[in-house]
Amino acid sequence: MSAAGRSAFWHSDGRRLSGFSALLLLCPFFVIIGFVFLYPLAKLLVISVMEPEPTLANYAKVVTNPVYARVLLRTLWTAVLVTVTCVVLGFPVAYFMTRIRSALAAVVAICVILPLWSSVLVRTAAWAYLLERHGLVNTGLQAIGLTDGPLQLLYTQSAVVIAMAHVLLPFMILPLYGALRSIPNDYMRAASVLGAPNHRIFLEVVLPLSLPGVVSGSLLVFLTALGFFITPALLGSPQELMIATLVSQQIREVLDWPFAAALVGTLTLFVTFLALVFSKTLRFDRLMGAS
Amino acid sequence: MTRAPINKGSLALSAYIYAVLAFIVIPLVIVIPMSITTSEFLEFPPTGFTLKWYAEYFGDRQWVRATILSLQVAALTAVLASVIGTAATYAMVRGRGRLASLFQALLIGPIVVPHIALAVGLYLVFQQIGLSGTITGFVLAHTVLALPFVVFTMAAALGKVDPSLEAAAMSCGASRFDAFRLVTLPLVLPNVLSGALFAFIISFDEPVVSFFLSGIRQKTLPRRMFDDIEQNLTPIIPAIATLLILLSVAILLGAYVLKSRGKR
Repeated sequence: MSAAGRSAFWHSDGRRLSGFSALLLLCPFFVIIGFVFLYPLAKLLVISVMEPEPTLANYAKVVTNPVYARVLLRTLWTAVLVTVTCVVLGFPVAYFMTRIRSALAAVVAICVILPLWSSVLVRTAAWAYLLERHGLVNTGLQAIGLTDGPLQLLYTQSAVVIAMAHVLLPFMILPLYGALRSIPNDYMRAASVLGAPNHRIFLEVVLPLSLPGVVSGSLLVFLTALGFFITPALLGSPQELMIATLVSQQIREVLDWPFAAALVGTLTLFVTFLALVFSKTLRFDRLMGAS
Repeated sequence: MTRAPINKGSLALSAYIYAVLAFIVIPLVIVIPMSITTSEFLEFPPTGFTLKWYAEYFGDRQWVRATILSLQVAALTAVLASVIGTAATYAMVRGRGRLASLFQALLIGPIVVPHIALAVGLYLVFQQIGLSGTITGFVLAHTVLALPFVVFTMAAALGKVDPSLEAAAMSCGASRFDAFRLVTLPLVLPNVLSGALFAFIISFDEPVVSFFLSGIRQKTLPRRMFDDIEQNLTPIIPAIATLLILLSVAILLGAYVLKSRGKR
């Protein structure tokens, strides 16, 4: 966002508040963010480098111990799989939403937005019921003869990827829809008049122009997936921890606060770094407007 | 749009899109038939009809207590986030633009930083000062998570109110506060209310921070659900899930009605 664009977003003309009254109105916001957001995070970072003594050993343990390095890799790989699944599932739907009559588009939009505002626990529980031994997926697979007996689906990494993709899909579809809708129809018509067949219009006009949406949706899904807790905790195997479930285990069972703080520090610094690098593409304000 | 000639390619594409839509919707609606069947497993067609699971939910003291706690926390969060968010947004929209980039960065912070990180940090801090497992603790934490949504809703609304309306009121002798209360606030009230609705549902459904801040006795509804799903997928969960989905639908409808009223 340019400096001019940003100031237009926050300011309108007319009589301005004095600096003092503006500060007074902002005070509660800064106090609560400072006390309930910045301070706890800062405290964790301090613990991660100061306990048991000033050291980087806690961070070294995160990367060098093969058990924990494997958790980091599994977390990254799961987030990549979830992101790819969301692109593959979400792109056609977002494209479809730009090409259909508005009444139908509204129905599709409700299908996409309603999950966004319904509980993650409800959606995770639903997948637990669907994937359990006597669940709908297993009975379905046996009914059409693909498998003989029930498969172990629940408490596997595949269950985690499927359910996380389901939870995060709206975060992919909304930015994609925004990008696709902003492509003027004339571009497609021009390509068509000049004799381009449909697949070439799609590959050479629609796809390149929708890339910003693909990038911003993918980042949003990827960054959120890295810190996911509920879904891996309920649907994953205890032998295949992800970073958030490992943090929970370290705090609740092992009581190793400095190491848990270093895990949280690694995750937070990595996510914040990526978010800062791509802050222009992410456009959180626009996503809020869309939802 | 003119209807494209039907060919195998577009037929396959439509089939794929409807399959994805089914993938999105089925896990959400599947709990509804499950919540009213007599069997403990999901069967098609559903066998029998019973409201037993709903009765069990409303009859269980622990579930009711968790629900009441979550309702209290969500209501207080909605109020606190709306007041703090509206005041801050008003200061940014009508102010001189100092602190704008700091404000923006702090606003996006709670969206970017993984909830597990905030949850663990708050667990540590609140434990020491006795806020863990208290209504105050839950409300403070949920307010931080809900504030960005309230501010973005309010920024869009306040930006559209002509500042000369307030200037006119003030030139007639109204104080800045009266001008806001009597002129601007009524104009943006639908947006304040829809921001509050979103803050309510964010708090009511919030699982991660609640997971760490819940004590043994003070458990929010999401935390109770987590324990139940983790230990033994009881048939009471689909009934609660159905009620939660209905609540989401009601809140989205409410926000939609408020939004269309705000446009008039």
